[in-house]
Amino acid sequence: MLDTTYNVETPEGIDLRARAAGPVPRILAFAVDLFYRTLILAGLGIALAFADTAGIGIWLVCSFLLEWFYPVFFEVLRGGQTPGKKAFGLIVVNDNLTPISWGTSIVRNLLRFADFLPFAYATGVIAMTIGRHFQRLGDLAAGTLVVYREEDKAPIALPDSSPVPPPRNLKQQDQRALVSLLERHNDLSEARQQELANLLEPITHKRDGAALGYLRSVGSWLLGGRG
Amino acid sequence: MRQRDFENRYRDSWVQLETWLKSSGKNTDAATLDLPAAYRDLCQQLAVAKERQYSNRLIDHLNQLVMAAHHQVYRQQTLRRKGWLHYLLSGFPQAVRANGRVVALASALFLLPALVMGIGTYNNDALIYAVMSPGDVLSLESMYDPGNRVLGRERGSDTDLAMFGFYIKNNIGIAFRTFAGGILFGLGSIFFLVFNGVYLGAVFGHITRVGFVSTFYPFVIGHGAFELTAIVLAGAAGLLLGRSLVDPGQHRRAVALRLASIEAMKIMYGTFLMLVIAAFLEAFWSSSTATRISIKLGVGGLLWLLVFAYFTLAGRREENNAG
Repeated sequence: MLDTTYNVETPEGIDLRARAAGPVPRILAFAVDLFYRTLILAGLGIALAFADTAGIGIWLVCSFLLEWFYPVFFEVLRGGQTPGKKAFGLIVVNDNLTPISWGTSIVRNLLRFADFLPFAYATGVIAMTIGRHFQRLGDLAAGTLVVYREEDKAPIALPDSSPVPPPRNLKQQDQRALVSLLERHNDLSEARQQELANLLEPITHKRDGAALGYLRSVGSWLLGGRG
Repeated sequence: MRQRDFENRYRDSWVQLETWLKSSGKNTDAATLDLPAAYRDLCQQLAVAKERQYSNRLIDHLNQLVMAAHHQVYRQQTLRRKGWLHYLLSGFPQAVRANGRVVALASALFLLPALVMGIGTYNNDALIYAVMSPGDVLSLESMYDPGNRVLGRERGSDTDLAMFGFYIKNNIGIAFRTFAGGILFGLGSIFFLVFNGVYLGAVFGHITRVGFVSTFYPFVIGHGAFELTAIVLAGAAGLLLGRSLVDPGQHRRAVALRLASIEAMKIMYGTFLMLVIAAFLEAFWSSSTATRISIKLGVGGLLWLLVFAYFTLAGRREENNAG
């Protein structure tokens, strides 16, 4: 299948599903992190300017730690998200979708240098676009991948419609179509929904508002509503 | 069962689990939940929901919840307190010995170019300019000029600290790059090993040729024990990665790389520690002029002995017991 879905079967016999994140959001997240890192270094530089030569030493140590271990710190202690990744709803996980540990995080971040070669993460981006799940070299070696963290959506308020049983036994497929029409009532414009409802005119013998209302009623019955 | 009834029946348990997941680690009141049991039930409910083809919205929601719970259930506890001590006492040297052939190869890649360049620059005063600019050569010479007691060596503790920062950032950065380059089929590691070998060999040969022996060797011998071995080990760890890609053996390349990276990291943790020690020594010990040259040479020699003894002897008993 040509999409970014990543499935893992857990020992419980459940298929976990996640969407792998492509190069663009990851580059943007990296840019945000780079910005924060630069900000921290600049702040430290100003603060340590008063400490003279010793300050330079401390600043150099800090810049070393920020360069190599800034992502490690956040990935392990902040649930797989650096501030940049958090801003774009990304999360680093093991390839069985479990949270990553120190070891894996350190591997993927040490190998960052190889991904950077020869300049501007060219190798990493090429590796990402070739691979199936957008893994850069560090991800491949550590066995990690970056996925979207799905934010929980608020439960949808369904439109008021008194449930009406369908005229005859509908196939599973048809039932799902009707239910999802009901669930997506906020995402689609009213006119588009009516247009979709009109497709069924030969069966429902209704048009526009009435047709849509009827389909919603059936959908709500299918979800388990009773009049 | 219709979807709505299904939702109504289990909603409470989902909400309970959700609030527990959100608050986990923060307050202890919520710890009354039996996570594995709740997780198993949830998995079953998701499977049922999928089987009955309930709406995508519900399935997505359950999937998310399962994933969050899955994260909690399978959170890996890696940092065992005993683990570190055990690693330092035997795990690290064992890993180095277990990959003895790769370490030997890395040593050769580093030492042979160093030897060639060392002998070359010792006999030919022009060869140094092949690797360094004339300005760099001048500053190198002035750094170790025995007649020049002020430059570089006699300095306050704040300068030591600044140099420590520099060594940390620069030297450990080099070692990390040497390792990381290994994933490019080993080429990166080979490059950094040979490059550093050539450069350091040239410096050694040149300084010896111009006769600044009494300042140079006491300076480098102490931290060199840790730094040079660490660079070689980082290169060896990188070569492990490269080998897994060139010759993956019985595994697929992706799997071989994964296994090799676990092995390589066993070497890298220790290497990192050695480099921190080296930076300490280089900044605070090697540069001191108060210490007599003979003492510095003696301690330096002892450190080399210590490093080699550590890698050849530490953790032997355990190995024998296991084997």
